Amino acid sequence: MFDKRYYPRLAVASGGNRWDWAFLPLVLAVLFALAYGGSQMARPYELGQSLPISLDPWSLPYYLLRTTLRMFIALGASLVFACIFAAIAAKYRAAERVMVPMLDILQSIPILGFLSITVTGFIALFPGNLLGVECAAIFAIFTSQAWNMAFSLYQSLRTVPAELREASDVFQLSGWQRFWRLEMPFAMPGLLWNMMMSMSGGWFFVVASEAISVSNQNIKLPGVGSYIAMAIEARDLGAIGWAIGGMLVGIVLYDQLFFRPLIAWADKFRFEEGSSEDTPRSWLLTWLRRTDRLQRAGVRVGRVLERTLLVFRRDHDGTSIKARPKPPNATVARVWDAVLAAAVALAVVWLGRFIHAEVGWAEVGHVFVLGFYTLVRVLVLIALAALVWVPIGVWVGMNPRWAGRLQGVAQFLAAFPANLMFPVAVLFIVRWHLNPNIWLAPLMVLGTQWYLLFNVIAGASSVPTELRYAASNMGLSGWLKWRRYLLPAVFPSFVTGAITASGGSWNASIVAEYVTWGDTTLQAIGLGSYIAHMTAIGDFPRIALGIGVMCVFVMAMNHFVWRKLYALAENRMHF
Amino acid sequence: MTQQIVELQGVGKSFRSADGTARTVLDGVDFHLAEGEIVALLGQSGSGKSTLLRIMAGLIAVDGGSVRYRGQPLYGPARGIAMVFQSFALFPWLTVQQNVELGLEARGVERKARAKRAGAAIDLIGLAGFEGALPRELSGGMRQRVGIARALVVEPEVLLMDEAFSALDVLTGERLRDDILQLWDGGAMPTKAMLVVSHNIEEAVLMADRVLIFASNPGRVRAELQITLPRPRDVDSLEVRALIDEVYKLMTVGEPPAAGRARGQPAHMHLSDRLPDADVDRMEALLELLVDDGHDGRADLPQLAEEAELADHELLPLAKALALLGFADLADADLHLTVLGRRYVEGTHTLRQQLFGQQLLAHVPLAAHIRHSLEQAPSGELREEPFLQLLRESLDAAVAERVLRTAIEWGRYGEVFEYDFHTRLIHLPVGDAPASDGTPKS
Repeated sequence: MFDKRYYPRLAVASGGNRWDWAFLPLVLAVLFALAYGGSQMARPYELGQSLPISLDPWSLPYYLLRTTLRMFIALGASLVFACIFAAIAAKYRAAERVMVPMLDILQSIPILGFLSITVTGFIALFPGNLLGVECAAIFAIFTSQAWNMAFSLYQSLRTVPAELREASDVFQLSGWQRFWRLEMPFAMPGLLWNMMMSMSGGWFFVVASEAISVSNQNIKLPGVGSYIAMAIEARDLGAIGWAIGGMLVGIVLYDQLFFRPLIAWADKFRFEEGSSEDTPRSWLLTWLRRTDRLQRAGVRVGRVLERTLLVFRRDHDGTSIKARPKPPNATVARVWDAVLAAAVALAVVWLGRFIHAEVGWAEVGHVFVLGFYTLVRVLVLIALAALVWVPIGVWVGMNPRWAGRLQGVAQFLAAFPANLMFPVAVLFIVRWHLNPNIWLAPLMVLGTQWYLLFNVIAGASSVPTELRYAASNMGLSGWLKWRRYLLPAVFPSFVTGAITASGGSWNASIVAEYVTWGDTTLQAIGLGSYIAHMTAIGDFPRIALGIGVMCVFVMAMNHFVWRKLYALAENRMHF
Repeated sequence: MTQQIVELQGVGKSFRSADGTARTVLDGVDFHLAEGEIVALLGQSGSGKSTLLRIMAGLIAVDGGSVRYRGQPLYGPARGIAMVFQSFALFPWLTVQQNVELGLEARGVERKARAKRAGAAIDLIGLAGFEGALPRELSGGMRQRVGIARALVVEPEVLLMDEAFSALDVLTGERLRDDILQLWDGGAMPTKAMLVVSHNIEEAVLMADRVLIFASNPGRVRAELQITLPRPRDVDSLEVRALIDEVYKLMTVGEPPAAGRARGQPAHMHLSDRLPDADVDRMEALLELLVDDGHDGRADLPQLAEEAELADHELLPLAKALALLGFADLADADLHLTVLGRRYVEGTHTLRQQLFGQQLLAHVPLAAHIRHSLEQAPSGELREEPFLQLLRESLDAAVAERVLRTAIEWGRYGEVFEYDFHTRLIHLPVGDAPASDGTPKS
């Protein structure tokens, strides 16, 4: 028997709603762009062949597509890396002890260092094809994105609230189920924020990763980075302007089409109780949620994941012999300790011999002195930036009407690759015959000062209203008001911002102390320019030395300055 | 003979604190949970009752003794045991329905069956209509209902409740408790036994068939009380009032006499004994309450708790602290003012502080020790670490910290010594020269 009723509207009703139809062009456009960009990545290519890069503004959209595609592939790889790293490091104590310090070191290695070591290997991987070079570029971007994401995820996995972990144990969740139901959702907001930061980090090194000029290679992959490199070689300020405009459009596009919807969606993973005053919104997500067909497709994908949750479940409970705790094996732990100690000792000996043979101890001392110059620059500039931005940030934060708007702007500015402004600085310095040792330094904080600003704004706007009333009631004014009320109130958020800004400035010193414009190269004496110079001439031992010394400086700074200040802020200046 | 579900024999557990010293939380605890009973565990915070509950939940492994569930050794969380958490422990990103389904999903129950069973549990606990809500949209009481539904939906034999109502306001907590008892007595629950950890004496007496009172340091069962009154029990009935009084008495008799200490004597403190968590303001307010409102210097604890709107775990330390300092006597769950206490209440602020300081030095060895050490020190100031170290020898690190904080607060108020938060130095009050005669400043 079958149903013989006639359904006149079936064809229309099953075709999705009007939101689906409105969505169709967008989906098709994105799919087409992805397919086209992807196919261009795997073209035949012989080493030595030069790829034409045109300075015509009309080719910018295409370059933008290629660059963005690379960045998203790298972002995907970073995500996978972060998941695997965090899952292993959070689960196994033995692995954690190696992996976390390792990541700390990897994080302080500048991207150029990775590129110079790996590029030939990648090219050899795909002979006669552009894919090898593409892989090298993607790997370079990956190295500027992956570490902080991995750290964020690892930290989140470590700090899952104890009672939720207990609940997941009591209700028999397996490792797989716990990862998807508890750990990943809990880590989501932090991870997303770090993904956004990673994208900005990727833009910062876009030139270095696309216009590969290390290890005696000279390849320019089609992309915004190569466009900028060409423009710098050709001293074409107009083209730089176009590139900046193009990047702005690109950043706005992926912000609106990718991150904003994700952040609005991930708002439900916020762990803090109570509703915050401003929930992030995204027009695209709202739109997406109103569609019918797409929505259903999404639900179907979700169901597949849900099915895996049912499959990978615990097959026994606490009464089974399998749940019997195994006593920790002391021998294995001791052997592992011994192996680690031996490895460290070996590395130290090897390092000593290497330095002795390849660069000499005098050079080491010299590099430390260079590091000291850069250190002074970083500290002075952060202090200067604080002098400028703390009062402004406090003023903005205290005016709620401005705070919301300007905080967004400051975050956007932090995402913008400041190194695009460098050529302007070069022109300026050359024109007025300024001392590059002093005047190149501001470039280091050009991109990172915004962290100070938006953190201070956030801090100032979270000052309890009653405290504000109390301060005005007591008639606090002038220096007293700053010393007793405003500065202590924003200190914790200032420290948070300053930590990020200082870390970023060290990394930026490599590009900021060694700036090229056409055939003019300006150098400031410092660790950054040392590394950049050695990278340009491909001197591996000295690159390694420079990077190692920078790691030492960054870690020492974190340990002796920032961590102390952070503890101070946590203990004493807390609402 | 009733069927035992969970049996603990000679269970011991110690935790290693940050500085590497082990602290025994539970020592030689025997416990069993039989079919058809509700057992309540009462005790001060830190007496190991939550640890015991977590051992039964399979969350904590024991160091010694055996844990058996239905005759099987228990190595981890068992399917037949579910738990309701003090802080609800809901997954904030899952809806009410998804939260309730969690345990079923973990067991591999298919989607449709899951929805049906979760729906039934949600109806049972009175959450119908809230299936699609996120926990953050719900009030505390509703959230705990979700927590209970999540536990009931897996049809546990044993339901563990870890201070399940203490994060709620009194009214909501009472209602939820009554609802649970109704389900239990009406046979609507699949559960065969319940273990309730609480610090609310009234709650324990109203719910349980058996009340176990825990002693601390190390945690062990100090007393057990069978309650045979039928439920629902009326708080205002004479029997229940008498039982509540009895539990108060059991909880305030002081620790059972240790070696060399005679029973009946006012508990003499040792240097590193735990100080009751009592702040000066509340102690003072309680003393004043004893004088006012026609108490005429004497009141029984349950009544005081009600009037002062304090929970038991807040009131008891206050009463103990007052008794310790000699401002009040604590006997048979009654608190009555001493002569000194009356002088204190009638005195000015200066006199009060002076009396407080005097009593502090006389009755709290830790405070006397700190003061003495400061007077020996040429600069009149000392770091707090040695004192913390001393306390940590017999107390858990967190508890040691709390005891020192209490001592410092009391010392500050009695003007016996002062403390600088930034430098973490304890020093003599300004004006008291080091190596003075040892009496507090007047």
